[in-house]
Amino acid sequence: MSILIWIIQLIFVPVVSPLCVGIIRKIKAKLQNRQGANILQPYKDLWKLLHKDEIISKDASWIFQYAPFIIFAVTIVVGASIPLFSSFLNNTLTSDILVIIYMLSIGTFFLALAGMDTGGGFGGFGSSREMTISALAEGGLIFSLLTVAIASNTTNLFTISNANIFTSGQSFLPIILAFSGFFIVLLAETARFPFDNPATHLELTMVHEAMILEYSGKKLALMEWASSNKLLIFIALGSNLFFPLGIAQSANINAIIFGIFAFIIKIFIFCLVIALLESSMAKFRFFRLPDLLIVSFILNIMAICLIH
Amino acid sequence: MLNLFLKIFKTPKNIISVNTAEREQTEIIAVGEKIQKKIKHLFNGSLAIRQIDAGSDNACEQELVALSNSFYDIERFGIHFVASPRHADMLLITGPVTRNMAKAVKIAYEATPNPKIIVAVGDDAINSGIFKNSYAVLDGVNSIIPVNYQIPGDPPTPKIILFSLLNILETLGACHSKTIIC
Amino acid sequence: MLEIITSQISFLILLSLFFIGAIGSLFFKKNDALSNAWSNFFAITGSLLGLIFSIFLIIKEKTLSFTFNQYSFSFFTPSFNIDMLSAFFIFIISLITLFCSIYGSSYIKHFYKKYSIGALGFFYNLFIIGMLLVVSASNGLFFLIAWEIMSIASYFLVVYDRNDKNNIKAGFLYLVMTYVGTAFIILSFLLLYKYTKSFDFAVIKSGIALIPLSVKNAIFIFSLIGFGTKAGIIPFHIWLPVAHPSAPSHVSALMSGVMIKTGIYMIIRLSLDMLQPIPLWWGLTILIIGSVSTLLGVLHALTEHDIKKLLACHSIENIGIILLGIGSSMIFYSLNMPSLALLGLIAALFHTLNHAIFKSLLFLSAGSVINEMHTRNMEKYGGLIKYMPQTAIFFLIGSMAISALPPFNGFFSEWLTFQTLFQGIMQFDPSLQWIFIIAAGSLTFTGGLALACFVKAFGSIFLARPRSANITHVKESSLSMRISMGVLALLSILFGIFSGYTTILLEKIGKNFTIFQNTPSFISTNYYKNLSIGSNFASVSTPALFILLIFAIFLVIFTFRYIINKNQKIKINDTWNCGTQLTPRMEITATGFARSIILIFKGILKPSIQHEIEYHDAESRYLPKSRTITLSVGNMYHSYFYQPLHTIINGLSLRIKNIQSGNINTYISYIFIALIIALFTVL
Repeated sequence: MSILIWIIQLIFVPVVSPLCVGIIRKIKAKLQNRQGANILQPYKDLWKLLHKDEIISKDASWIFQYAPFIIFAVTIVVGASIPLFSSFLNNTLTSDILVIIYMLSIGTFFLALAGMDTGGGFGGFGSSREMTISALAEGGLIFSLLTVAIASNTTNLFTISNANIFTSGQSFLPIILAFSGFFIVLLAETARFPFDNPATHLELTMVHEAMILEYSGKKLALMEWASSNKLLIFIALGSNLFFPLGIAQSANINAIIFGIFAFIIKIFIFCLVIALLESSMAKFRFFRLPDLLIVSFILNIMAICLIH
Repeated sequence: MLNLFLKIFKTPKNIISVNTAEREQTEIIAVGEKIQKKIKHLFNGSLAIRQIDAGSDNACEQELVALSNSFYDIERFGIHFVASPRHADMLLITGPVTRNMAKAVKIAYEATPNPKIIVAVGDDAINSGIFKNSYAVLDGVNSIIPVNYQIPGDPPTPKIILFSLLNILETLGACHSKTIIC
Repeated sequence: MLEIITSQISFLILLSLFFIGAIGSLFFKKNDALSNAWSNFFAITGSLLGLIFSIFLIIKEKTLSFTFNQYSFSFFTPSFNIDMLSAFFIFIISLITLFCSIYGSSYIKHFYKKYSIGALGFFYNLFIIGMLLVVSASNGLFFLIAWEIMSIASYFLVVYDRNDKNNIKAGFLYLVMTYVGTAFIILSFLLLYKYTKSFDFAVIKSGIALIPLSVKNAIFIFSLIGFGTKAGIIPFHIWLPVAHPSAPSHVSALMSGVMIKTGIYMIIRLSLDMLQPIPLWWGLTILIIGSVSTLLGVLHALTEHDIKKLLACHSIENIGIILLGIGSSMIFYSLNMPSLALLGLIAALFHTLNHAIFKSLLFLSAGSVINEMHTRNMEKYGGLIKYMPQTAIFFLIGSMAISALPPFNGFFSEWLTFQTLFQGIMQFDPSLQWIFIIAAGSLTFTGGLALACFVKAFGSIFLARPRSANITHVKESSLSMRISMGVLALLSILFGIFSGYTTILLEKIGKNFTIFQNTPSFISTNYYKNLSIGSNFASVSTPALFILLIFAIFLVIFTFRYIINKNQKIKINDTWNCGTQLTPRMEITATGFARSIILIFKGILKPSIQHEIEYHDAESRYLPKSRTITLSVGNMYHSYFYQPLHTIINGLSLRIKNIQSGNINTYISYIFIALIIALFTVL
């Protein structure tokens, strides 16, 4: 039984993450009065890309060729270490706050190097912008997760979501403040508005897309898939650490099914909010983004100070 | 802000529906070598198009831009436009290929991974249309790179472009999917 | 057998091996190859003996102390006290010396026929002797003599490449800053002598109650300035980015990886061992200095495009991280929480070890690159990964370790430092909590900015297309250089995987301090070598991380390369550049990469952009021929700290100069007045 739960935990993130991207695109299309692509369209895109040939630049080195595998592997390991639908699983090996944040940084590191590897103009400045945003977002990310860690007296993710501080009543305001800080960092790290436009064609406005302009075929599929994995990981962190309602707290089969349903509903709410946000605001000018990230950092500091 | 969202719900749906009869009236012109059987099922549900402007007068580009609006909505068929030829399955080339753009079109062709489809949109791209015999243009896209399909018109309306693309996909065996209406 | 290894004979043999290496190298200076081989051979054997000596001392938990009373006169006695902390530092010194000497045996070959190799070998071995004596001395005057040996030997090593005028200037700045620091150290030792009547460290420690609190505070400030100048804390760090790049690369690695740690050693020794009990504000000061050093160090590093200067600025940042651990340890102990204080000390010591390893790895690989390309400017590199593939991998491992990416060793020491700061945030009420929040905030930003800096460094040096034409004669570094870098990279991975064991050993070292003798332990490891803090506050399994990551990577590569679509064809073509012509100037430069961050932090860095245009026709100025854009940053330490200091001291000395008027009548009146005053005070 627990083997089955662990298998679901391992494959949940890679299997469900293209669905999140599909939901966001569908809601955006509906808001633009279009019909939009099917929710399952990203799966078809991935399947097609996996079966195409590749073209690799002659200036590329092994970093370009192996970076997609490394980034995808990192998102799988992180995806298996975070609470998705159950909080009773016991993972003291890799489920620490700092461990998953720095493992995601491995992905960013190799993505930025792969962007610089082929020596095209776009990849280089894409890497520069991505590293700037990522460096400043890390403060907000660590502190928002630190707030919930301090409130529940542990930094192990499963234990935090098991402690269910949201319903215990006394830390309501810190959680709301920390969540708003976390949400800003979610938008930054997953390359959504107002930090980056994932559907842009103008290279001068790209941040994340610029680094994958040179990829084709299987490697492009892995990069896109890893990027949607990262979106699902952040949604999971945001929903299960700050608002762990409905998460399965025991190994009961009913609790687990209810946990999976609750998680899918939370994913849908997050996707709805992100899509509404993307449809109602414009992308910020690049040098206004540090202000937003420092706002996130300060919100988290206020949340920590309010805990006692 | 609230008014904006309310307006979305009040706007009537005006999307063009695609039925088989009308679509089959639009003819596509196939040139060059036939696309292999191998890719017949590949572009089943998803097609990535990269559009290249080889010195055109922007008439075809305006029609192509109209494909993404809420009337024609090409995205519902799984077709989307991408920014880099490395991500693309189909190259949509407009404009008579001017001498300055000849090399760029060739580089873009070589930067697109196989299997790929090349479509020349508009009379200019097919045989340099109204610019024929000018000193500044070469003789249509087919003189630079091997073209697979042509969509005639100066410029072709978005409806014709949409139906032609769907016919191309059907020729490639896309009738198994639910998104393309057969 | 064990008794002999950990006895004083063995330590004296250790010192004499390096001494023979020094003298012999000078003796054979006519023959370059022989003196190179001689000095490196003795350095390697000496460091191997040092490794064995220190490892056995730590495992046996023994303290070695001996003095040579027959050589002592008045206040000076050559007395040694090698407890576990000193043994740990001897371990670090020997480890890095071993690899730098292996590297040096081929690296020095490009100095043959240019400078005197004998002198290099002499000063190199003398430098190491100086460092070994500094961490084992137990008498104040003896310590100062060893400190001087270390500083002077390293000065001669900094100015070794004397054909470049910048190196001479760098050496001069280094000398001045070292002597300013030494002056403050002498001042603090003299104050200690005045109240405890002895220079001996053990006597001072037992007589600490005799010193009044105001004098103790003065001693702390003076020793912090003195040892901080050697360690490189802000604002006394200005010699670091100029002196470390000027020295030969294996010496840079030693200086940056080990020499600055001797300053840390004495700060730990004074504040946690000798001067206890200490007031709270000492720990707060060190914590604040640590936070400021990390952030400003990494910001300075982002602006550099000289590769060795960039690495030297990162040393400032890592010293800041070590000081964060020490400062929080001092605060916890002053507030009666010895277990948490022990945790802070362990984090600081672990980061000292890790930094020595990955910083020397980075300097050695940078040295290989500079050796081949003959320039230190990163803007002229590019594309080296195809010509020096193994050096590239070693530099990549060093970059990943210094940016604290799991599963390398840098991550685990930063994890421990973070946990210390988190405990501080949790345990204290808001009056003290804010300083820990600021410290943790600066540590998080530092982590991100260091990652950005090393993406820039690795990308500009090794990736994309070559930016200069003399790439064709570049070849891979020689075997001994590759061996030394390779073993250091392997150590970086191993210390990452076995952090659990290392932490237990470091806890033993910490418990050897008098103040931590009986503290309960806050860290525990269990069967899976899980490292856990507190009672389930935090835990991470260091080998499991490594195994999981490697397994996941191999699984993904296997599935996607060999199972899905294995008949895929891959074509090689040019980079897509929107159809335009592809030149090396299309790539991003190091300056361009860091430009966004520099402009964001323009309040601190004060950048200025100069734009020069050269026209085809100078009169009409219509068509530009070339443009040069220079992005430079202001030196704020110079303008806000050193320049005002300079103005004040100059003004004071101008005023005092008026005493020497040159008029003999004034001098006679001085003698007369002094005579009258003397008569009055006697009578």
